[in-house]
Amino acid sequence: MWIYEKRLQFPINIKKTDPQLAKAILTQYGGPNGELAASLRYLSQRYTMPTSQAKALLTDIGTEELAHLEMVATIIYQLTQDATGEDYMKAFAEALYSKWDKGIHPDDSATIAFSSTYINTMGRDYIADLYEDLAAEQKARATYEYLLDITKDPDVIAPLSFLRQREIVHFQRFGELLDKLQSEKDMKTIHQVKLPEEKAYF
Amino acid sequence: MDNVLNKQELLRQIQELGFVALELNLFLDTHPDDEAALNDFCYITNNLNQLKQLYCQNFGPLTNFGNSMLSKNTWTWASEDDKWPWENK
Repeated sequence: MWIYEKRLQFPINIKKTDPQLAKAILTQYGGPNGELAASLRYLSQRYTMPTSQAKALLTDIGTEELAHLEMVATIIYQLTQDATGEDYMKAFAEALYSKWDKGIHPDDSATIAFSSTYINTMGRDYIADLYEDLAAEQKARATYEYLLDITKDPDVIAPLSFLRQREIVHFQRFGELLDKLQSEKDMKTIHQVKLPEEKAYF
Repeated sequence: MDNVLNKQELLRQIQELGFVALELNLFLDTHPDDEAALNDFCYITNNLNQLKQLYCQNFGPLTNFGNSMLSKNTWTWASEDDKWPWENK
């Protein structure tokens, strides 16, 4: 069961219209490393996790990703709500405009539709799933950094920075879970991954 | 909050405490025996629920399906005056 709370996880109030930026950010809505893929990945993988702790973590992070999906949609909505048809069409390419107008559709920035092939559910090999999850958090963090590189609006930088930071926390929690499962099952830990140096975006 | 209850200010406080609760929740998932984190979680959850109750009593439901405690007979959930989270105008 899920319950909806009528609020954003992090406040967003964007005043400046920028459909070009919205199009870039669309990749975090329906793209391969986006929030929809993240949420569906964890919520689908949780059924075959070996311990209650693993099921809890995947349920909780999968749920938080839905709140991030709403944040990304909100950013796109507010960046485009006042765009004129012509501006919007230029930025979003005619194919997307003619299909959806300003509808927020789970595509990536190249207007490629969302696909379940972005996620894997490896059944009894939960270690493989967790490595995918760790990689997914890293790729999403990198994507937010690329988006931050092309963003100058502080109203957009703040929520993007928040979302980037969440990827780091999720990576940490998944890593702790992986370590724990590997030590419980007496497996060898093969890799330790270090984050690149923190970059200031403000 | 002074004497006048501000909806946006209250929502902001709910966002802040809600974030702390979520973060502690994830931490407890992988550190279930951490007493300090558990104490913090209980403390924050208590405060968060009080704020949510205050919000619902004054401004209507924050959650759907009967998960908000209402004291008024007002169904603001579907009201044009009660904006949806993505709306800023």
